Amino acid sequence: MMGKILSVDDLHISFDTYDGEVRAVRGVTFDLYKGETLAVVGESGSGKSVMSKSIMGLIPKPSGRIVNGTITYQDRDITKMSNKEIRGLRGSEISIIFQDPMSSLNPTMTINNQILEGILAHQKITRKEAEKKVISLLELVGISNASERVKQYPHQFSGGMQQRVVIAMALACNPAILIADEPTTALDVTVQAQVLELLKDIQKKMDTSIIFITHDLGVVANIADRVAVMYAGKVVEIGRTDEVFYNPQHPYTKGLLAAMPDLTIDQEELQTIPGSPPNLLYPPPGDAFALRNEQALKIDFLHEPPMFKVSETHSAATWLLHEKASKVTKLLEEKQQLEKAISDQVPKKEIGKEKILEVKDLKQHFKGGKNSVIKAVDGLSFDIYEGETFGLVGESGCGKSTTGRTLVRLYDATSGEVFFKGVDIHKKNALNLNKDIQMIFQDPYSSLNPRWTVADIIAEGMDIHGLYTSKANRMEKVYELLKTVGLAEEHANRYPHEFSGGQRQRIGIARALAVDPKFIIADEPISALDVSIQAQITNLLKKLQKEKNLTYLFIAHDLSMVKYISDRVGVMYQGKLVEVAASDELYDNPLHPYTKSLLSAIPVPDPEVEKKRIRIPKGKWTIDSEEYKLREITEGHWVACTEDEVDSYRTKSDAPAVLV
Amino acid sequence: MKKYIASRIGYMLFTFLIIVTFTFFLMQTLPGSPFNDERLSETQKEVLNERYGLNEPLSVQYFKYLGNITKGDFGVSFQFDGRSVSSIIGERIGVSAILGAQSLVVGMILGLFLGIIAALRHNTFIDYGAMVVAVLGLSIPNFVLAGLLQYWVGVRLGWLPVAFWEGFEYSILPTIALAAFVVATMARFMRTEMLDVLGNEYITTARAKGIKEHTVILKHGLRNAMIPIITILGPLTVSLMTGTLVVEKIFSVPGLGEQFVKSILTNDYPVIMGVTLFYSLLFIIVILIVDLLYGVIDPRIRLSGGGRREGK
Amino acid sequence: MKVNEYELTDDLFEESGKAFEEKRITSRPSSTFMKDSWLRLRKNKGAFTGLILIILIMFLAAFGPYMNSHGFDEQDLTRTNLPPKVPVLENLSFLGVSGVDIRGTDQYAAKEVPDYYWFGTDDLGRDLWTRIWQGTRISLYIAFLAATLDLVIGVAYGSISAYYGGRIDNVMQRIIEVLMGIPNLIVVILLILILKPGIMSITLAMVITGWVSMARIVRGQVLKLKGQEFVLASRTLGAKDKNLIWGHLIPNSLGPIIITTMFTIPTAIFTEAFLSFIGLGLQPPIASLGMIVNDGFKMLKIYPHMLMFSSVIISLIMISFNLLGDGLRDSFDPKMKK
Repeated sequence: MMGKILSVDDLHISFDTYDGEVRAVRGVTFDLYKGETLAVVGESGSGKSVMSKSIMGLIPKPSGRIVNGTITYQDRDITKMSNKEIRGLRGSEISIIFQDPMSSLNPTMTINNQILEGILAHQKITRKEAEKKVISLLELVGISNASERVKQYPHQFSGGMQQRVVIAMALACNPAILIADEPTTALDVTVQAQVLELLKDIQKKMDTSIIFITHDLGVVANIADRVAVMYAGKVVEIGRTDEVFYNPQHPYTKGLLAAMPDLTIDQEELQTIPGSPPNLLYPPPGDAFALRNEQALKIDFLHEPPMFKVSETHSAATWLLHEKASKVTKLLEEKQQLEKAISDQVPKKEIGKEKILEVKDLKQHFKGGKNSVIKAVDGLSFDIYEGETFGLVGESGCGKSTTGRTLVRLYDATSGEVFFKGVDIHKKNALNLNKDIQMIFQDPYSSLNPRWTVADIIAEGMDIHGLYTSKANRMEKVYELLKTVGLAEEHANRYPHEFSGGQRQRIGIARALAVDPKFIIADEPISALDVSIQAQITNLLKKLQKEKNLTYLFIAHDLSMVKYISDRVGVMYQGKLVEVAASDELYDNPLHPYTKSLLSAIPVPDPEVEKKRIRIPKGKWTIDSEEYKLREITEGHWVACTEDEVDSYRTKSDAPAVLV
Repeated sequence: MKKYIASRIGYMLFTFLIIVTFTFFLMQTLPGSPFNDERLSETQKEVLNERYGLNEPLSVQYFKYLGNITKGDFGVSFQFDGRSVSSIIGERIGVSAILGAQSLVVGMILGLFLGIIAALRHNTFIDYGAMVVAVLGLSIPNFVLAGLLQYWVGVRLGWLPVAFWEGFEYSILPTIALAAFVVATMARFMRTEMLDVLGNEYITTARAKGIKEHTVILKHGLRNAMIPIITILGPLTVSLMTGTLVVEKIFSVPGLGEQFVKSILTNDYPVIMGVTLFYSLLFIIVILIVDLLYGVIDPRIRLSGGGRREGK
Repeated sequence: MKVNEYELTDDLFEESGKAFEEKRITSRPSSTFMKDSWLRLRKNKGAFTGLILIILIMFLAAFGPYMNSHGFDEQDLTRTNLPPKVPVLENLSFLGVSGVDIRGTDQYAAKEVPDYYWFGTDDLGRDLWTRIWQGTRISLYIAFLAATLDLVIGVAYGSISAYYGGRIDNVMQRIIEVLMGIPNLIVVILLILILKPGIMSITLAMVITGWVSMARIVRGQVLKLKGQEFVLASRTLGAKDKNLIWGHLIPNSLGPIIITTMFTIPTAIFTEAFLSFIGLGLQPPIASLGMIVNDGFKMLKIYPHMLMFSSVIISLIMISFNLLGDGLRDSFDPKMKK
């Protein structure tokens, strides 16, 4: 490995808040080497962003302060530099890219001026030369027609293009270190794949070291040379990507990896990490993860574990690596294998043949600006069978959420028919429909009325439909629902702001279950949650399906979760379904060019697979002709195509799977 | 964009038409006008009616009225026999305009300054001090402030003249009395906008480029914070109009406001209506300018051709 | 092996066997949104001062006139233009409440008046203390009435416009846009000219244009809330319009509504005083605070006490409502600024 370029040593950062001192970073130590990509993974609140901002001296003052530690760059300690010295580093030696490109760009300044000012601040060149450099930078990051577009304002670029501009801005002075703080989180998967490729490409050309902050293990596997896992303000494990992924040591790393659904095998239940990360206002003693670790050792609650070396390049902060723990580790391993064997034996579930929902040529058009029509949903037809989970995937703006909302009649369909158990829902008594079909929402923060108690929120449906006999009966039912979703009775009198994101989502589920529905539309129910919480909610949904014989329409953009939870999957693109198949079939043997390109863009948390990944660019296909509709290629596998294309798809489908 | 301008101008004309119609019918219902004064003889009334065209049917009168207004003819004063309202406005507006402009400029500069330093020194004593000034400026009614200034600075200390308009020093106290509200509004608005803008990620991004802190504040912060300032020009204009009525009366400044108050006391309806219409027109034009300026200054609107941002 | 100072004994390396427990949150008393806001308001010194001042002023407006034996309209030409004189405090000369006027003569002695007039008397010999609190009562009454009417009309208009949306909203918004283009002062002046000045007509004139800002705020709020997932959830559960508006939309708009009202009240007090000042105020014998201020101007140079007390009180009312409004805005919703 090449030379060290940056080293962070025992860094502590605190924020003074209304409630007290929040210890956001509590002793982080790592080195960054020249030309490598170091991924920093962690859940929200783990301190990864704060840590990265501190490298550039961007901690918001006066609330935030560096309590202790050093950040050494070129033999100088950044934490002790004057403002002027730090300014000299910013943008020229170290650059940063933020999550949301739209808000990272000044809305009232042209792209040219925004990139230019960085160059002029650090390099002694004329404005003309600098302007030329801006154009070549934009070309470097793949913006076509750069000399024209440079005069434009940020809002005239798409999200992906904006992020390219931000990257160009960061690269303006050829920095030695590029900090990328969740640079792809706000982007769609296909755009994410392009941006990741761009970053790799640039790194190769310019030999930049990248610190890549993310919560997505798939992205880590795709881009990182080394990984640092952060939990509660500390690095708990650090090592080469393959070491951390294939030989994780810290229980948190293990839990995180296990919580991700594996696209290559069938699992009945995801492993979960119970609870949620600790409040850093009162950081727990010992190993901060011990509270959520059911196999924690006694010492974990008492003393903070130091970093133990696993190999030259791999170390982890867990007492399990201490020599005295060897007995216990063996025991734990045996236990885990036993559990795994049991969970693998679970039989596949049976799906009924009865259609519960039939959608025929559903259209939902909205009025756009002047005289324009937005065809959010444009001719959807599909069936959902009783007891199954039908996944609906697609990128933002493809109409998947609109479909869900139209099905519960939050919008009145422009045209088309929807039959629920054979009855047209547009004719059916709306009140009954509202009992049979329910919805779970995406945002755990806006989906609960902040002025209501949890009991009132859950009982809202029962109140409307008069589903209880007395006040006592109402509370009884609320308690039972709380228990069903894994909450306790005493939560009933609380208000939503007292709960964590995962708990709020459970309350939302309880509210939907209160009216005893048959069919539930889950609109991105886990996409706002942290990885470890996602698995909890997914498992809960699966458990409820089994117990109550529910049918789900599961809407998501995260394809790995969809594959894991769904029996069949439909892929949407621009308001139309382009492919419908059983989920395994779809992932093993995608036929439509859009599905192929989408699947090829999802990063999987497996470095080996990621090394071999070839991204398939979005192909071209006709979509507007009348002829173009879903046609059955093999049994149960439907692809949108014209009559002529059917045969070519049939021959292709015999060929072995290319992907994953 | 053209369509947008046209629709804004359309709105403006429509609003003005409504106001004109409203004032016209008000005139008809007013009690106690000199035309039905009990002391007038029948023939005198007739002569007056003839002269002011009051015998014609209402609709004819209405359109005549409209026609006159488009020509800038607001009628004839009762009080000053035979003088046209427009000539009275023309004679009086100069002083009020100077007073208004002076207060606006002084107030805006001071307010901007206070607001910016309050935002930059957020949660320090400078910030609190600026906000105390702002709350006082917003709360103390202009007639109270004018009275205090007149009594203490003018009468007790004798530093400045307390009435009339015979030179620059005569304008100082009225200007202070009027500018206080402008300073307060401006300072509060600027502070919130500035704090809002400084919290944006593009400010952090600008800092991350390594440019100087004052460049970050001026080029990225101030410029974006200044855009919405335009929207308070409307309310400020109104406050200055109201303010001139009171302040001119207190300091006996021979401006339009003082005339307006006098006319109310003497029931000089043509002058009241004329000045009212004049004020309305002024306000409508300011609103129009604000709307159009907003579109020009903010590229997000200029380039998409829409209206003002919702809720602003 | 020793790490740092503590000893690592073997038994520490056994499984703790502790099962995960969902954290119980019973340690903290449950708090509602309102309670939280109240607590935050308590901590805001400015707002709390404002609140106390308002309560004090309202108390004096209610009971002040009965605190001495003088009637508000009791004229007595033998004791006109008396400066203020307060028992006990009269001995502290710098307070200016010793009955001595600005020229240094003790008017009480000169006119042989044995009584105490706490705020002095006016040119007709009426007790200013009684008159000022009587006037405050009327001014507050007008302001609260106007604010209440604004509230009712504005909330109804705004929520209907936003809730039903589409064409209804479009038409309603156009009306508002036209109203916004008319300077409200002009409307108020014109209306007072035709309706004779009185409590009702002044209130009405202010309400005719005053409700617009409330309507806009409520509309904005409801529009924002309408798309929130908890409202959608309620709709999928089959809630009726009535439940949605009263259960979800209005309760969650309460913050901005209260804040807007807090700013309407001082505006109304100012407008009323302003009208009195330009000669369109209430007719005697009723006196509002604005009328008393206006009267005070007549003899400002000789008897400044007539203006001082009334203007201090009207300023205090304005300041305290503004402070309270600001504080409420910060504590209800830190994001709703401006």
